[in-house]
Amino acid sequence: MKRLSVAILATAIGFGAAGIALGQSESEKEIERYREMINDPMANPGYLWVDKGEALWSEKRGSKAASLEVCNLGKGAGKLEGAFAEMPRYFADADRVMDLEQRLLWCMDKIQGVDTADVVKRRFGGPGVESDMQALVAFIANKSNGMSYKLPLAHAKEQEMLSVGKALFDRRAGQMDFSCATCHADEGKRIRLQGLPDFSKPGKEAKATMDSWPTYRVSQSQLRTMQHRLWDCYRQMRHPVPEYGSDGITALTSYLVKMAEGGEINVPSIKR
Amino acid sequence: MKNIVLAAGFLAFGGGAFAQDIPKADPATVEKYVQSIWSKASPEWQARVKLDETQRICSETNNTPSQAQFEAIIAREKASVAYPADGNVMGDWKRGMVVAQRGTGGQFSDAPGTYQGGNCFACHELTKEEVSYGTLGPSLLGYGKNRKFDPAEAKAAFAKIYNPHVVFPCSQMPRFGHTKFLTEEQIKDAVALLFSPDSPVNK
Ligand code: HEC
Ligand code: HEC
Repeated sequence: MKRLSVAILATAIGFGAAGIALGQSESEKEIERYREMINDPMANPGYLWVDKGEALWSEKRGSKAASLEVCNLGKGAGKLEGAFAEMPRYFADADRVMDLEQRLLWCMDKIQGVDTADVVKRRFGGPGVESDMQALVAFIANKSNGMSYKLPLAHAKEQEMLSVGKALFDRRAGQMDFSCATCHADEGKRIRLQGLPDFSKPGKEAKATMDSWPTYRVSQSQLRTMQHRLWDCYRQMRHPVPEYGSDGITALTSYLVKMAEGGEINVPSIKR
Repeated sequence: MKNIVLAAGFLAFGGGAFAQDIPKADPATVEKYVQSIWSKASPEWQARVKLDETQRICSETNNTPSQAQFEAIIAREKASVAYPADGNVMGDWKRGMVVAQRGTGGQFSDAPGTYQGGNCFACHELTKEEVSYGTLGPSLLGYGKNRKFDPAEAKAAFAKIYNPHVVFPCSQMPRFGHTKFLTEEQIKDAVALLFSPDSPVNK
């Protein structure tokens, strides 16, 4: 049953060129079908990660045999509704601004006594590698569905994150002199045939993008988070491997979230 | 004092604000974050994300250098262009097609010794046959023909591919020769792709 839906899905989201060939009404139907699939937990493989994340959230683990259920993601201990929509944010107990992944690692360490080095080693799932982080992020982000991003900016450290995120977005380096802005600062541009969303300003494209991450990547058969997307873009930029959960990645995330305020989160989505 | 200025900036940054309203971060602070992203990278890789003067100016001005910076970039980057010793800038257009098509090399996922391509098609339309091209750069269809196959124009194209900032400070195009991402031979082949009358670019 599930297998079958994935096959249909792969066809449905080969939109782009295929959509044109199908003709307007046909491709609209396809896109509509794809929309329904995203919202159907039986048809969207991303929900396998949501379910796994839910189990991980309440499982007693680590040297303290504790669950994550008392972890405070900013809305109060154990409160998940809307937490993702307001991250990255400042956490007084850590005296740091953290994105969801950094915060989860912090809670695993402090509350559960879990070996986070092992969790980070398995950060990106693949053949034979199960990622706890991808599952937890899928579960928690899903609890912000229907809400808009609202980046907290009351604390000076949150303001610094946003300013640095913008600077990193424009920072040209590496053998190709690329910055994020090289590829993502104009509407309607593409590299080869891949459309490049514009994140240089708040609005439609930033919202559509951020409202649909984390996402199930059909080509990778994995649920992916923004940490993985930025890892991939830095690879294309000929930059070194970015460190998972580093403050620089959190700064970029703050910037992207700010540009995406006002939309409606609907995750996990499904992408090529 | 600085904190007050920062806070005032954020007050103005309300609802439908623009990205340019985000208060500018202090460059030294930005570099600390840069170190956080690549603290575990090898020294060779770390060196690649250090900024040279041109990158620094283009980054900090969002690719709109002042007049003085504009001239300084041209002077500095011009000095980096090394023309072929025999003065011949034209190689083989068929090999140039490989340079233009291939986007491999230089990525952390590439095996050592991977062919380094120019990936011109990622950003430019070049031939009528190839429909999979990007639009970050202008179309180069008919480039040599439109310039009457003028050798002086071919020489200018060699310099352009070697280091586009010589003509266009803060160009978004990579400095293929300056960074040694492409060899002199590969750049000559790319020039031939643009300037050979038999090249599909000019058909
Ligand atoms: C060389 C071009 C290039 C650069 C530079 C680049 N990206 Fe990307 N980016 C891409 C491509 C290609 C995609 C995939 C688009 C698609 O799937 O259609 C992408 C996708 C994304 C997405 C997800 C879009 C979506 O709709 O799901 C985000 C977010 C993103 N990039 C952010 C960044 C950030 C932040 C940087 C800088 C660290 C960056 N990119 C640098 C090429 C680039
Ligand atoms: C990351 C995108 C990118 C890549 C890759 C790229 N270019 Fe460009 N190129 C540009 C942009 C943007 C411009 C326009 C700005 C400028 O002139 O510097 C440009 C301009 C040019 C021009 C001048 C056009 C004119 O108006 O006279 C030539 C010639 C050119 N590119 C050739 C090449 C060749 C050959 C390659 C492959 C070796 C290549 N480019 C790869 C982005 C790119």
